[in-house]
Amino acid sequence: MIDKIRPDSRAALADIPHGATIMIGGFGTAGLPDELIDALLEQGARDLTIVNNNAGNGDTGLAALLAAGRVSRIICSFPRQVDSQHFDALYRSGRIELVLVPQGNLAERIRAAGAGIGGFYTRTGYGTDLARGKETRQINGQHYVLEFPIHADYALIEAEKGDRWGNLTYRKTARNFGPIMAAAARITIASVYEVVNLGELDPEAIVTPGIYVQRVVPITRERRT
Amino acid sequence: MTTRTLPRWSRVEMAQRVARDIPDGSIVNLGIGLPTLVANHLPQDREIVLHSENGVLGMGPAPAAGFEHPDLINAGKQPVTLLPGGSFFHHADSFAMMRGGHLDFCVLGAYQVSASGDLANWHTGAADAIPAVGGAMDLAVGAKRTFVMMEHCSRDGASKLVPSCQYPLTAIGCVARVYTDLAIIDLSAGKAVVRERVAGVSLEELQRVTAIALIDPRES
Repeated sequence: MIDKIRPDSRAALADIPHGATIMIGGFGTAGLPDELIDALLEQGARDLTIVNNNAGNGDTGLAALLAAGRVSRIICSFPRQVDSQHFDALYRSGRIELVLVPQGNLAERIRAAGAGIGGFYTRTGYGTDLARGKETRQINGQHYVLEFPIHADYALIEAEKGDRWGNLTYRKTARNFGPIMAAAARITIASVYEVVNLGELDPEAIVTPGIYVQRVVPITRERRT
Repeated sequence: MTTRTLPRWSRVEMAQRVARDIPDGSIVNLGIGLPTLVANHLPQDREIVLHSENGVLGMGPAPAAGFEHPDLINAGKQPVTLLPGGSFFHHADSFAMMRGGHLDFCVLGAYQVSASGDLANWHTGAADAIPAVGGAMDLAVGAKRTFVMMEHCSRDGASKLVPSCQYPLTAIGCVARVYTDLAIIDLSAGKAVVRERVAGVSLEELQRVTAIALIDPRES
């Protein structure tokens, strides 16, 4: 029998080693897997590479993981925010490596990893500092830059409902990076607000089929509404 | 020669002018900051679909107080609503809409725009600045037409329309039209053509505060 449901976040994250590359879903607070990030903080893995659109907000979640000195490298598109003080301090003192990626390249490179694509040409970034040193090519009169996939050891994502096969649905803009990160990581851990019986999710409405998900952790909506 | 203080359009008047130029049926992405104002001035008799990079088509106005939904936000991370017909999708789909040329217009802010339509809007390049790019580079190259909304001059009075950008580039040759607080200027084949000026501002006065050569077809 296939049963991907795990009792709690701690059990789901227990095997994450030092030096792992971890994708974390979310855009703003929508889809940010707070519980899983807190469990990662508690779990103790260090020297991590984190892939997220941003670089932490405020003092909790990803920002707390950064503040604890556990992240050596971050791959993101928009680190600078009004409340990104922990990242800002680490970056200015040279204690974290920033890999800045245009947001569409971030999304497409993650998608490419999940789809087994070895690289792709895109117009985004051509002629800018973010394409410096990268291979370019002219195709049908347009200039393109070669970009490579971003793989991960783990993905931590937040979904809405899940079943024991790992099928997932999302809620509104909380979907954001979830589906593509799930496909790009070797082990995807999804927190869900509701575990449903197999067959209860409308097959026409499943956004992430269970093939991309290895562990499902039920959580409650206490901390957020 | 003394230079008088020129009359200027307000931010609302700038937004009204951008909104006026977006036709019925368009799919539009409005950048963070000044461009967001355009949403408030889209003519009621036109159906215009707003795209938000975090995965929304058919984005509606801000909800009434107390009706915010934590999972329904825009690219600026502010609460929004969804109109009937609206849809949600993941990030790679959202950026495929941009990069694949499916958006009719995007409206972006800028530090500088060059005569050839180069855009600089993501990084000042200052040594202590923390770079952040977001979706700017994707939008700039992907939308069918890229409009820029910006003050005509920087705080120190320098023209933000420049022969070539001093700030790091966002994209090359992508800007079709610039809406400033003094004029609307089309950029095409290296020429800057003035479409509208603030009432009472002469072409000569506008040229004096602009670092690229302007053409006004109504004055030739």
